[in-house]
Amino acid sequence: MNQHPYPIEAERYELHESPLEPTELTRRELLKLLGGGVLVLSVGTCVVTPANAQRGAGGGQQQVSQRIGAWIHIGSDGKVRACTGKTEVGQDIRTSLAQAVAEELHLPIEAISMVMADTDLVPYDQGTFGSRSTPTMSPQLRRAAAAARETLIDIAAEKWKVERSELRARNGRIEEVGGSNTISYAELASSSSMDRVIPENLDLRSATNWSTMGKPAKKTNGKEIVTGNHLYASDIRREGMLHARVLRPPTLGASLVNADTSAAEAISGVRVVKQGDFVAVAAPTRRLADRALLAINAEWRETEQPSHRELFEILRGTAARREPPQGIDIVEATYNISYIAHAPLEPRAAFAETTDGKLTVYTGTQRPFGVKAEIVAALRLPEDRVRVIVPDTGSGYGGKHTGDAAVEAARVCHSTGQPISLVWTREEEFTFAYFRPAGVIEIRGALTADGRIAHWEHDNYNSGGSGIAMPYEVLNPRTQSHQARSPLRQGSYRALAATANNFARESHLDDLAKLAGLDPLEFRLRNLKNQRLRDVLEAAANHFGWGKNPSTERRGFGIACGTEKGGFVANAVEIEIDRGGSVYVVRAVTAFECGAVVNPVHLRSQVEGSVIMGIGGALFEQIEFQNGKVLTDRFSRYRVPRFRDTPLMETLILDRKDLPSAGGSETPIIAIAPAIGNAIFAATGIRRRQLPMAPTGLPLQ
Amino acid sequence: MEILPLCLPVVLRNLALAGTVHSTGMAAQITIQVNGEPCVIEAEADSKLLEILRDDLGLTGTKYGCGESQCGSCTVLVDGHATRACITPLSAIGTKPVQTIESLDKGGKLHPVQEAFIEEGAMQCGFCTTGMIMTALELLSRNPNPSDNEIVSAMEGNICRCCAYPQILAAIKRAAQAMRRES
Repeated sequence: MNQHPYPIEAERYELHESPLEPTELTRRELLKLLGGGVLVLSVGTCVVTPANAQRGAGGGQQQVSQRIGAWIHIGSDGKVRACTGKTEVGQDIRTSLAQAVAEELHLPIEAISMVMADTDLVPYDQGTFGSRSTPTMSPQLRRAAAAARETLIDIAAEKWKVERSELRARNGRIEEVGGSNTISYAELASSSSMDRVIPENLDLRSATNWSTMGKPAKKTNGKEIVTGNHLYASDIRREGMLHARVLRPPTLGASLVNADTSAAEAISGVRVVKQGDFVAVAAPTRRLADRALLAINAEWRETEQPSHRELFEILRGTAARREPPQGIDIVEATYNISYIAHAPLEPRAAFAETTDGKLTVYTGTQRPFGVKAEIVAALRLPEDRVRVIVPDTGSGYGGKHTGDAAVEAARVCHSTGQPISLVWTREEEFTFAYFRPAGVIEIRGALTADGRIAHWEHDNYNSGGSGIAMPYEVLNPRTQSHQARSPLRQGSYRALAATANNFARESHLDDLAKLAGLDPLEFRLRNLKNQRLRDVLEAAANHFGWGKNPSTERRGFGIACGTEKGGFVANAVEIEIDRGGSVYVVRAVTAFECGAVVNPVHLRSQVEGSVIMGIGGALFEQIEFQNGKVLTDRFSRYRVPRFRDTPLMETLILDRKDLPSAGGSETPIIAIAPAIGNAIFAATGIRRRQLPMAPTGLPLQ
Repeated sequence: MEILPLCLPVVLRNLALAGTVHSTGMAAQITIQVNGEPCVIEAEADSKLLEILRDDLGLTGTKYGCGESQCGSCTVLVDGHATRACITPLSAIGTKPVQTIESLDKGGKLHPVQEAFIEEGAMQCGFCTTGMIMTALELLSRNPNPSDNEIVSAMEGNICRCCAYPQILAAIKRAAQAMRRES
């Protein structure tokens, strides 16, 4: 087994997180950081500290700051800045959080500017994962905004000596209803202290009364994106900046014996950094840095490494299987799930510079505070000497929880004293980042005489426990997630293991339906009480016209559903199979429900993006590895969905204004793979029990 | 074409570094036409256009995504043709005009393709967006009214990992319509 430089376990980040020490800032410092002309609501110190942060071992829940000033600032220009530790990685949370603040401050969305993921400016946050931003951050910002609004009303009431019930907030002003008094938020905020605690009981607008939330909103920084003006971490340039490259092992698990860097050092303008096993070069141009890296003569101690061919035996291990129950006919099967790569289009990247004795690192990550802690630990720097800023990032999908590039850039910057840009190559990204866990899933099911589920066992080896819970009605289902030693570095991925578990479960249910002699939809509905899941399943089936046409040898129809992270999804698909066995999804109907919809256009985009991304993992994406090398280490060897893989998309979003909003960027990925697998089965009778199902086509006769 | 504010100072900076670059023994002064302006750079003939644009000229709207012409993030127009800057050596450019995303908006007014991408929400993380727009630009310049199939064929070399393909397709159709109206 190879040793990873930064070992991580699947889903660790979703379960544990060590709290950070709070960062205390004076008001003056904060004003300086936010730029001139900005007035901070709260007077006094420490507006960005996680108040009463709990410290100590165990990684317990950190208390969230409940002071207005930690979250909301109103400028003298009337611009409202809202602070959050969440990161924008393409899920458009920047826009939907601005909607949330605008909603409660009774402002247009254009008046809100989000300050995101800057460890010096925003309250501590664990990270952007688990579809938590919408159900937790959005209400937090709404409460802070509502408290700010009520405070403004308080101040105006006092100023004018009128009852606060006579006042209302509207479009950036506090107005006296039926009176002549009116004053802007900006004026009020600059005239009085608003250093208050967010009260417990606040009137938040219910979804049925929303005016900004629930309505389509365009990406707030769309113009910067389409002009190319937005600076991703990989785009930052400075006078005197050096481009850095890191020496990588030739094979996974290899350790450095010796590195002769004299030839690299002899190149004019090249700087070499050696810190134990960490060896890097930096040069004024990228090509010079590339050349210097090649000039290093390194000796490695390599170790024997496993291959993808033996992956599933390794993961399954030799643990004994439970005795099957007696007296019923058990249907059992094993499902093998390959590693896949997030392959974010922006590879891991960081820019690091030192200004006024502070190391500032811009990087693409989903955990700015976690990455700051990694840098603090790696360089043994005081916390207040490190700042991490996450510019809106070229995607993550769960793949950017770690600070690899940030720590590397920080090391080189700290050592050379120069501004450093460090961008991983695509091959580095495919080899040294982490993967969605591979897994082995074993399922045992049985039927009653009337087509109900009589027995259910679901064991997942290595890929994780997300989505393993049985949503169908069955007495005493047994589900278990088993840890294993993963041959490759692995970690979070969009929806975690829910895709794998749901694939296995929904494939297995399809087999049971066949055994029961029931239509797959009818069988599911017969065994499903969860009304929200039934609703999406029936919506997808009805829209699709389920059951109208029978599958044929070359054309299959499949259906599947699932629930995870507060979202409910169903897919009904039509596939075509060509003579060579290649599978094409030609039509995909998706029904999705995640409570009250915040931004219908972006939600649709997330749902459709998830489904199309899921087609990749369902049919062809897989990491192959051998002798310590990732063989599929570039896009010409690792196929991802392209325009041509996009089916006719028909997407139904069920808006439940009576239910709290849940995140919508993960769960819609979990039902497409089994829907496709069930369509393949319906057409050919071939049950594919592996992800991907058809990397080289189906094994047709 | 507008004057690139970054062009001149960057050239001067690179001239100041010339001694360093010369140490490789292969660098030469090369002039290329970028966004309507002559830009003088110190580079080797086999230097890739992408590095020159991003690192020497500061035109970072053109992205690195793969380095093997597979993803389309680095697409620019060379003599009007959609070209993958990551594999294109300077020697292949010569005097042909290079057009990058930075040249599209005029005095704060967006190009119809840029407008359409915003209107249709045709981006999630946005990292592929500039390459998508440049590829679409070439398509629409030779085919003002493309069918869905023609759009898919033209765009097949551009990867959007967020898979905003349906929205990008809609944006290109919207842009085509707007451009036909304008012309």
